[in-house]
Amino acid sequence: MSVYSDKVLDHFESPRNVGEIENASGVGTVGNAKCGDIMRIFLDIGDDGMINDVKFKTFGCGAAIATSSMATELVKGKSIQDALKVTNKAVMEALDGLPTAKIHCSLLAEEAIHAALWDYAQKNGLEIEGLQQPKSDIHEDESEEED
Amino acid sequence: MIYLDNAATTMAMPEVLEAMAPYFTQAYANPSSVYSFAADNKKAIDDARHIIAESLNAADNEIFFTAGGTESDNWALIGAFEANSQKGSHIITTRIEHHAVLHTCEYLESRGAEITYLDVDEFGIIDINQLEAAIRPDTILVTVMYANNEIGTLQPIKEIGQITKKHGVIFHTDAVQAYAHLPIDVDDLNIDLLSASAHKLYGPKGIGFLYVRKRTKIANFVHGGAQEKGKRAGTENVPGIVGFGEAVRLAIPTREERAAKEVELRDYLIDSVLSRIEYSRLNGHKSQRLPNNANFSFQFIEGESMLLMLDIAGVCASSGSACTSGSLDPSHVLLAIGLAHETAHGSLRLTLNHTTTKEELDYVVGKLEEIIIKLRAMSPLYEDHLKRQKN
Repeated sequence: MSVYSDKVLDHFESPRNVGEIENASGVGTVGNAKCGDIMRIFLDIGDDGMINDVKFKTFGCGAAIATSSMATELVKGKSIQDALKVTNKAVMEALDGLPTAKIHCSLLAEEAIHAALWDYAQKNGLEIEGLQQPKSDIHEDESEEED
Repeated sequence: MIYLDNAATTMAMPEVLEAMAPYFTQAYANPSSVYSFAADNKKAIDDARHIIAESLNAADNEIFFTAGGTESDNWALIGAFEANSQKGSHIITTRIEHHAVLHTCEYLESRGAEITYLDVDEFGIIDINQLEAAIRPDTILVTVMYANNEIGTLQPIKEIGQITKKHGVIFHTDAVQAYAHLPIDVDDLNIDLLSASAHKLYGPKGIGFLYVRKRTKIANFVHGGAQEKGKRAGTENVPGIVGFGEAVRLAIPTREERAAKEVELRDYLIDSVLSRIEYSRLNGHKSQRLPNNANFSFQFIEGESMLLMLDIAGVCASSGSACTSGSLDPSHVLLAIGLAHETAHGSLRLTLNHTTTKEELDYVVGKLEEIIIKLRAMSPLYEDHLKRQKN
């Protein structure tokens, strides 16, 4: 199982920010059970537009859990604009890399954050600059293009 | 460490290693050489071949050594296809074969073969009537595995052999998981071709054999020298062959006792898991299964994360999830028995060996309970399920 870095294993073994937020400002779910990955992100966003809290729930492999954990760590306490800058590459770098076959997990994590922000924007009639309606799923072929 | 992945491979017995050792150093001669220094090696190969032939009720000259189960499967299918083109190019197999057979079938399709893939029922067993109905005048081969490597299901090999004999079709069985774990008599079962591998029965890796019944039409597979009667050329893997022979010599007399012990522990494991872990199911048949195989699905969780956590707890196991198969789809076997994708992703295979104890299984089931609670607590599918239940 040493295909994963120590950081990935750490975030897998002790995932940060697992759980739900009741009456969350925004909730995003991406992925599908057919492919074996589903991520759900809950955001608590203050009136000042800062992400006060973030939680996740993930059905998926070790990399899916670790990328969810790291992505939540990277957006916590950030402004919406800064959270949008948390790309899959940033998540991967923070985890000291992922095996090629698992890169789509980091894309899914990025997309889950975007989906939760989109939900927040929809609920509040806002338009967030630079945020497009997220795809509900990330396919393997797309992740290969990214690499 | 608790090793419960004996369907993947087994540890070689110390006696096996001991029997092999001299053939790397003292008796290193090429068995094809003329000098007397090589004579012992020739005899060592003959002895191993005899032990193996006897274990199947076959003749010595019907056993051909290969580099393993995958090669034997490749040879059986490609060799039968090439040698029987005058009769036809239709082959019958099942949806749950090992990739060594399925991917060879795909290859043969690209070369003009027509393949019928038999369905299996919820337990992974073929319908014998569907098999007989699928046989045509141009059918050259029926290839059905003896026991499935993932879910352990045993096929009605004797009935299949009666049908293929009646219709004059060659019958190949991939017995990699079954050989030396279940009794096999090739005459009684009307098997024409049989693949096996040493490392599944406490022998070395890199050595297998193909049993070829006399007068079965099959093309030569590896071209070169006169080894294995020219059918599978190449200097013999003498230490491997000797180790294989020794492993079989040890396994056959202890087979019944081992299997009985494994069945008892296997059933204990199955009962423990199903009674202690909710939303779990047994994959495969309750009794028509390999003595050492248990395969479960746990809803709402994914297999690879379960394996990683078991690894952290010192337990080696395997899963049929997509993440462990290197593709987006979970195991073709679990899908063929009708599991939904998400249920197939949450599968776990535990395969015991002759040294497995009840205490080890208790530890594993305890850890498994903790792991599944932890993974379900972070699963959005479980959350959705609980919400649906409330409503």
